[in-house]
Amino acid sequence: MVKAQITPGAYYDSVSLMIISNAVKKIPGVTEALVGMGTDLNRELNRNNPNLNSPEVEKTTPNDFFVAANVSDEKVWEEVLAKVDEKLNEKKEDAASNYYPATLEGALKVQPNTNMAVISVPGKGGHAYNVAKDCLKHYINVMLFSDNVTIEEEYELKSEAVKRGLLVMGPDCGTAIVNHVPLAFANVVRPGDIGMVCASGTGTQEVSSIIDSLGGGVSQVLGTGGRDLKKDIGGIMFKHALEALIADKETKVIVLVSKPPYPPVQTEVLKMAKAGGKPTVVCFIGGDPKEVESMGLVPAVSLEDAARKAVALSKGEQPHTFDGFDMSPAEIDALVNEATKNLKSTQKYMRALYTGGTLCDESMKYLLPTCKRIYSNIPLQDNDKLENKDVSFEHTALDFGDDEFTVGRPHPMIDPSLRAERVLKEAKDDTCAVILVDCVIGYGSHEDPAADLSDAIKKGKKEALDAGRDVIVVASVCGTEGDPQGLSKTRETLKNAGAIVMPTNAQACRLVKKIIEKVA
Amino acid sequence: MAITKEEINAANAEALKIILSAKPTLIGMGTAGEDIPGMTPTTILHSGPPVDWEHMSGPQKGAVIGALMYEGLAKDDKEAENLAASGKITFDPCHHHAAVGPMAGIVSYHMPVFIVENKEYGNKAYCTFNEGLGKVLRFGAYQPEVIDRLKWLEKELYPIVKEALAITGDIDLKAMISEVLQMGDDGHNRNKAGTSLLFRKLAPAIVQTHFTEEQKVKALKFIDSNDHFFLNLTMPAAKCTMDATFCDVNPKTKGSTIVATMARNGYEFGIRVAGLGQKKWFTGPAEIVEGLYFPGFTAEDANPDVGDSCITETCGIGGFCMGAAPAIVQFVGGTPEDALNYSRQMYEITEGEGTTYKIPALNFRGSATGIDIRKVIKTQIRPVINTGVAAKKPGVGQVGAGIVHPPMKCFEDALKDFKETYMG
Amino acid sequence: MENKVNTLFTKKIQIVNFGIKSFYDDNKKQGVPSVHVDWKPVAGGNKELASILDDLL
Repeated sequence: MVKAQITPGAYYDSVSLMIISNAVKKIPGVTEALVGMGTDLNRELNRNNPNLNSPEVEKTTPNDFFVAANVSDEKVWEEVLAKVDEKLNEKKEDAASNYYPATLEGALKVQPNTNMAVISVPGKGGHAYNVAKDCLKHYINVMLFSDNVTIEEEYELKSEAVKRGLLVMGPDCGTAIVNHVPLAFANVVRPGDIGMVCASGTGTQEVSSIIDSLGGGVSQVLGTGGRDLKKDIGGIMFKHALEALIADKETKVIVLVSKPPYPPVQTEVLKMAKAGGKPTVVCFIGGDPKEVESMGLVPAVSLEDAARKAVALSKGEQPHTFDGFDMSPAEIDALVNEATKNLKSTQKYMRALYTGGTLCDESMKYLLPTCKRIYSNIPLQDNDKLENKDVSFEHTALDFGDDEFTVGRPHPMIDPSLRAERVLKEAKDDTCAVILVDCVIGYGSHEDPAADLSDAIKKGKKEALDAGRDVIVVASVCGTEGDPQGLSKTRETLKNAGAIVMPTNAQACRLVKKIIEKVA
Repeated sequence: MAITKEEINAANAEALKIILSAKPTLIGMGTAGEDIPGMTPTTILHSGPPVDWEHMSGPQKGAVIGALMYEGLAKDDKEAENLAASGKITFDPCHHHAAVGPMAGIVSYHMPVFIVENKEYGNKAYCTFNEGLGKVLRFGAYQPEVIDRLKWLEKELYPIVKEALAITGDIDLKAMISEVLQMGDDGHNRNKAGTSLLFRKLAPAIVQTHFTEEQKVKALKFIDSNDHFFLNLTMPAAKCTMDATFCDVNPKTKGSTIVATMARNGYEFGIRVAGLGQKKWFTGPAEIVEGLYFPGFTAEDANPDVGDSCITETCGIGGFCMGAAPAIVQFVGGTPEDALNYSRQMYEITEGEGTTYKIPALNFRGSATGIDIRKVIKTQIRPVINTGVAAKKPGVGQVGAGIVHPPMKCFEDALKDFKETYMG
Repeated sequence: MENKVNTLFTKKIQIVNFGIKSFYDDNKKQGVPSVHVDWKPVAGGNKELASILDDLL
């Protein structure tokens, strides 16, 4: 049946009305519809359409607004009128859709004073290299998160950058805080006088976050990418950045973080730090402290220790090595006894499941003497390469941020679901005594990485209990109170799920060591 | 000797200079037969790149039939079709004759044409009257009323407007187009402001012509009732602007990668490049317009993209000025912000920015001007074109409006040819 | 020895982001001036065309 409604003296523009006509036609039970002003054209359209041809519409004038439709029943007609009403009164959402230019040139037209590029396009095929090169050409500093950038590309970019007085942080550089702006994965760290140069990602986040929690603050945190201090790159960017921090008036104390560098490069860097004359803490994770000490610089035994020493120096205090717990030895013993009491005799092994690569590395280096062998996708000993990354064996440590796990999916700090699934899987294994995890918060990271993880912990512990045993989960959160996710809130979530939450990764490792020794 | 990047850049800068310094001016009216170079009584010009009768799309075929009847070369559609297929009719793109035509773009011997001259470079461009909406030749209609209207345009409106233009003297189209961009037009698919401005200019002159009051009233009413009347002036204005950039016209643009022509015939989309000369077309299949269809029609009824009107985008208006005409973006269900973003995006693929055609909402930034095929390929951003949609069935008319892009193949082929031509 | 990086330390950071968009979103949340580039490989990854562009652009 054909229905029509005429509203005299209402005006709507023709384009809006066409859109409404189309929306109305999609209502089930509507075979034809026309919504419009009574213009000659619209009346003709009505007249010539055998499915409409409404006599009421025929009588309209250009000042009349009409709705006409061929509908199956009254109810559909009501729907039509309601739809028209809804559409006419619809407040178009102010999309204010941001404009995303396609090229650097386009971006520079929008923001001519751009001075920092954050690049995370694929490194394979030279894409990241090309973008970075283009940025350097325009005197823009580069933070290169991309991996798969070749050594040759890295060397060329960094040489060019030094020539132009620019930074190239990366490749594979996840974190930096420049002028107190956190870049990519970084935490909200209070401003202060500690400057950092780092060839590690989460290691840097760990040190800077602990500095914050100890009441210290940072001036600049400059990343260089993990390969900078190796032979091929020769520390070009590390030295360039260190030079800048030595000259920087805001920086009173310097922290250097890296895996042990290529020895001649290490010597060069340490000499430069010495000549700079500023108190310098050196954390070359798992490296030999002798050369550091011989230069009159301060070696650190862990990431946490580096932070503590830096804060002490920043406060004008004498730095002391910290290799214990915040809790008393008695509290720790009680904690270990309590945690292990429901374990079965088959449960002997540790499973370290990390989203942060440096944190994983720190754990393995600390626990290797105890475990003897730690199977891994990034093994410390050549023979300990895990045969199948998806199946753990005895003591296993996994870096979920490594290539094998990130093919076709985002970094685990952005999407922590794969790691959470693995927690559940390990909990089901009756040889697993303790699961060691990190939880990295801050900008760049997932908006609530503890959510998935705590669900997995809860579920895993319950399944273990149901199977007549238990499984221990030891966690540490890398982040600050200022981070969007919040340090305390994140720790609380994990604690409530049944994890033992330690203040730092180093302390978490020490606790796991005690647990392994106890169940061995 | 292979060309260098610097030489290409210099040639492109030159092409942009030619575009920006053009002075398109309406200097009067004439007829296709007398004024358009190379016309014969049996020549039919059409829109887009070259196409033979067999491959012409529905609306273009319909318009050819109508034109042959209008010219008296055939007495009915049957005869016209046979004649068109006989090989006795010379089909050629408008673009080969300094002309442009919207939609089917059919121009035949007796049709009156506007004459627009690029006063800076001395070249001219021609375009017929816009017939209005509905059953019109440019959408392939050839009913008696269509032919009658064409006759009226020739016998009555043409002499009136011609005399009126003698009274007004030259009309600076560049100034007028720059104004319409500040009045909500894009210079292609919204022509309300342009038609209004032209009407203000013409009306006092038409009143002064020697014709009867009835004839003058009819003429004025006709112009007034057709929102797109001005389109047939922006098009030749853009055409004579762009024609001056060809390297076979001006050797300074040898080596230029700037697009000088974009046009479609409903079958293929074609582009020509300033540095590759007027003879080379690079074509790909014309696409279906994405947009809003009028009541009673769907994309099923649409003919593939057709018409020379995208010469406006080629010279930096139309879709490139969508930000100046937010009303247009509703056709694709967008917001005014989206319209601005379309305009912003075009800066990524152009040599520079307009100095006269400007977008108020972008802080009067000059519109993106001078499409560079290299940048199109690099960014994979295709020029955006605001356009009407013709029904594929001849004579139905306009069935919708929206946006469309040239196929990437045109630019790919042009780039490869450029390499062949200049790098050996 | 002071180098040009020290000049950067005195400036307001203005970021251009290529790739992972959430990095850009985080900058925006903190009120850091940022532009996100809708990056695509040159010539959409077509090697032949990209190599022509190497010579011409």
